[in-house]
Amino acid sequence: MAQKRKRLPNLDRVNPVDETGVNERVARFCTRSIKNDSKHTALKLVLSMIDLTTLEGQDTPGKVKQLCQKAIHLHDNLPGLPTVAAVCVYPNMVGIAKQALMGYGINVASVATAFPSGMSSRDIKLEETRNAVADGADEIDMVISRGAFLAGEYAYVFDEIAAVKEACGKAHLKVILETGELVTLDRVKKASVLAIQAGADFIKTSTGKIQPAATMQVTLIMLQTIREHYYATGEKVGMKPAGGISTSKLAIHYLVMLRETLGDEWMTPDLFRFGASSLANDVLMQLQRQADGLYQSPDYFSKD
Amino acid sequence: MAAKPAHGQARAPINKTCKIFIGGKFPRTESGRYYLFSNNSESAPYTANICRSSRKDFRNAVVAARAAQNGWATASAYLRGQILYRIAEILEGRREQFASELKLQGASTRQANSEVDASIDRLVYFAGWSDKYQQIFSTVNPVSSSHFNFSVLEPSGVVAVLSPECDPMQFGLLALVSNIAPVIVGGNTCVLLAEETHPLTAISLAEVLQASDVPGGVVNILTGSKSELVDFFASHKDVNCIVHSEANNANSTRIQQLASENLKRVVQRPVAQWHGETMQNPYLIKDTQEVKTTWHPIGS
Amino acid sequence: MSDAHNTLKFDTGWQYAPAPESTDHVRIDKKYGLFINGKFTAPSQGKYFTTSNPATQERLSRIAIAGKSDVNRAVKAARKAYENVWSKMPARERAKYIFRIARGLQERAREFSVIETMDGGKPIRESRDVDIPLAAAHFFYYAGWADKLEYAFPGAGVKSLGVAGQIVPWNFPLLMAAWKIAPALACGNTVVLKPAETTSLTALKLAELIQDIGLPPGVVNIVTGAGATGAALVDHPDVNKIAFTGSTAVGRSIMHSIAGTEKKYTLELGGKAANIIFADAPVDQAVEGVVNAIFFNQGHVCCAGSRLLVQESVADELIHKLKERMHTLILGNPLDKNTDIGAINSRAQLDKINSYLKIGKNEGGNMFQAPCTLPSKGYWCPPTIFTDMAQSNRLVQEEIFGPVLAIQTFRTAAEAVTKANNTPYGLSGGVWTDKGSKIFKVTSALKAGVVWANTFNKFDPTSPFGGYKESGIGREGGAHGLSAYLAMEVNHGR
Repeated sequence: MAQKRKRLPNLDRVNPVDETGVNERVARFCTRSIKNDSKHTALKLVLSMIDLTTLEGQDTPGKVKQLCQKAIHLHDNLPGLPTVAAVCVYPNMVGIAKQALMGYGINVASVATAFPSGMSSRDIKLEETRNAVADGADEIDMVISRGAFLAGEYAYVFDEIAAVKEACGKAHLKVILETGELVTLDRVKKASVLAIQAGADFIKTSTGKIQPAATMQVTLIMLQTIREHYYATGEKVGMKPAGGISTSKLAIHYLVMLRETLGDEWMTPDLFRFGASSLANDVLMQLQRQADGLYQSPDYFSKD
Repeated sequence: MAAKPAHGQARAPINKTCKIFIGGKFPRTESGRYYLFSNNSESAPYTANICRSSRKDFRNAVVAARAAQNGWATASAYLRGQILYRIAEILEGRREQFASELKLQGASTRQANSEVDASIDRLVYFAGWSDKYQQIFSTVNPVSSSHFNFSVLEPSGVVAVLSPECDPMQFGLLALVSNIAPVIVGGNTCVLLAEETHPLTAISLAEVLQASDVPGGVVNILTGSKSELVDFFASHKDVNCIVHSEANNANSTRIQQLASENLKRVVQRPVAQWHGETMQNPYLIKDTQEVKTTWHPIGS
Repeated sequence: MSDAHNTLKFDTGWQYAPAPESTDHVRIDKKYGLFINGKFTAPSQGKYFTTSNPATQERLSRIAIAGKSDVNRAVKAARKAYENVWSKMPARERAKYIFRIARGLQERAREFSVIETMDGGKPIRESRDVDIPLAAAHFFYYAGWADKLEYAFPGAGVKSLGVAGQIVPWNFPLLMAAWKIAPALACGNTVVLKPAETTSLTALKLAELIQDIGLPPGVVNIVTGAGATGAALVDHPDVNKIAFTGSTAVGRSIMHSIAGTEKKYTLELGGKAANIIFADAPVDQAVEGVVNAIFFNQGHVCCAGSRLLVQESVADELIHKLKERMHTLILGNPLDKNTDIGAINSRAQLDKINSYLKIGKNEGGNMFQAPCTLPSKGYWCPPTIFTDMAQSNRLVQEEIFGPVLAIQTFRTAAEAVTKANNTPYGLSGGVWTDKGSKIFKVTSALKAGVVWANTFNKFDPTSPFGGYKESGIGREGGAHGLSAYLAMEVNHGR
């Protein structure tokens, strides 16, 4: 399968996107009413798909360790909860996180490639990637060079992704398109095609540093691009919306969209992630409410 | 046949053979039939053999009108206006001929001149509407969704017109012009049956149309018997619209009944004084138009 | 894309639990009389028919059958209200009553939605999000016109017609009633409305609402019954205007039967709309457009996109995506908020649809149906598409009024337009392409009253609706919809 990739695609042949139609489709997903058992299943699935994230200039080993504790002990009052999928940190925190999570089956994801802007040389980006992997990162979240993409230098962007993929070795590569800077859905689609062809294991919407971050609209376009790739090759690329998904209701809308676009086989943390920090507690509050029937207060849920 | 030469006069006048007008050409009726027109004058008798058109002539005329319709409808509004104005110009140049024919059809000299004037003015009036009625009747509709929504008029298509005979104060030209102009200015083509009693001006108008850059088939003019042809005008399935002035009589009932076969639009013009200003308004154009509404997405 | 597409799985994992809309706040009487002169009255012959839920076959209520004398009573009441009250009332006061109806509908929207779904079988999502809000919006829109009519027709000298007889179909029961009643009232006419036999309930609930908001008696009258009731209304000599939405066959007979009278008429009839998808279309949105065009309201839509014309180079990809999409359509209990495809409106309609499925197969069509389990009770038809169809097939030519799509391919725009127009109908059409100039070229060439570009089945009170050719005469909606209910002095009352 993989040999089919690594060829610069002709982006002129990518299907165009009609924004109004996308908005209408998204509105339809949001009218799905998810109740009872299927809500319970969905909430647990959401938890298991979360990349618990801290990407601040003020991050310290102490902060990262606390976040890892949260990842391990989401809410011990509720038995049978899954853990989150990964903890996502800056490269210099990878070692700390790796140690804190050792033995719990939670991946360490590291942003890399001069996150969030990507405004550095290729050598430095590759070096940073290799270092993060060497420190124990299981997953690398790279950013594409948006400036180059907007300037039409698709080959440059393509080669950069392919090179980072190579630098990742065994680590999974998530390619952040930073859709908020691509602005149009047509460009999101083209960038998705480019990233997939260049070797992305996952494509990801946003850094979280630019508004708008993830929207259902851009996520739908990216899911549809993943679907086209699957139809053509049988290969499954993962998807990660990141930033701005903070309520369980919205997360469930995303799951509905995922299910109705890519079907059952994508309903797994292996192929879908939420990049989020406050989402987990909202999901936990919903699960607790399902367990005891009471509306919850945030005071009863740990904030790390 | 002819105005008969007076005895002893040196020169016998040449009289025109009266033909029908189909697809820009002047055939005689395929049926070979005629009816006799007479001015009923003893002092200056005039008669002519007028084509008594058959249903096959009508069928042929509809084919010609259909063939011309798309081209006429997609001609620019400016061009259609220019052509209607050109009809007026040519008519102005032939006013003596029309006045004398109107007199043969029963008008006094004063009535004839007045009717020619009114007919020319009416053509100019509707010529001016060609690039304006759309601006009056089109709408941009502020729908709640993210769409640019607008409604425009489009011609109904092929329009069958039964020329009215209801106004005793007009003699065949003004009603004809008043019925044709609003139909064709809006991009329709038409097949018109002239008044049985007023055929001469209809035939001469056809000659004017031919000389006025009106594309062949846009206006087709038949002469003959309304009672014989009305059923075919009303029932033909490739006619989109029928215009008539039958005032709630057996004919109007019959027309609507037959028109229902293909849901043909039936436009019943009022029994009217054609000289009146009320017969000049853009709503007469709208009568033979369809409203098309288009939804176009707004997005990036 | 290659011919061999991989397929996705939709039935092995996470499913949506039932999410039925509650019915306990809804009041349906055991029996409904005729709404004449502001009161519910018994039919003169004392006859009633049963209306039932097509999804469960359970009886909902008994509805009066209006005979000739009942229709006559209704027309008399409407005439009296017209002469004595409604035509004399200042237009701005008239408007206020129509605004009240709009508000009332919004306030009772939930009840109306649930009843519409129970009586007609359409998914609650549609009655809740489309039918009822649009009905209210129509009343709002036309209420505002009541005192502004002279600005819609400058120099024309418009005046009301008198009594309007209105006959509405079963596919959008309340919405069609709103399309008819709102402009009629705004233009100063009074109304006798006949709902469709299988879906009278929301019209009768509207009658209750009209009572409650204090509309003067006789301004709106509602007579229920079958075809004979409608015929009595059409033939009544004191009706000035007939507005009909329904089949082309009945529309034709109405036009025929009122020939020779002074009655004005508007007819909204059948359709066989083509949805044209070009190779440069936004394909994923086009797939949604196709679903919305033919499966909205189980295809019980006169303007449904029941023909799909897809450019050959993209046909394979589009049809594959369409089939995959059909896997995710949820058919079942119309009251469930997740239901996409509800019940077929009646046994008779289901029989008709099934007969067309047989015809399509006999014509050599390649049938694909969404894989859904049909409930054991009620009337159901899974979303169905036929590929490999040709212009000469009956499935391409005839209106089915069900969730059945006939798919043909084309090579050039000219061919698509020729095929699209090659029908006696002309109600609607769809064009899908990313190229703006092509949109306008193709939409202009389509002989249809409503054309959707990169969308389908959109409705709005401001947007005129109505057909060319055998799809009807006249427009409803928007400023153009007013002329159906007005006479113009300038053209001698025509």
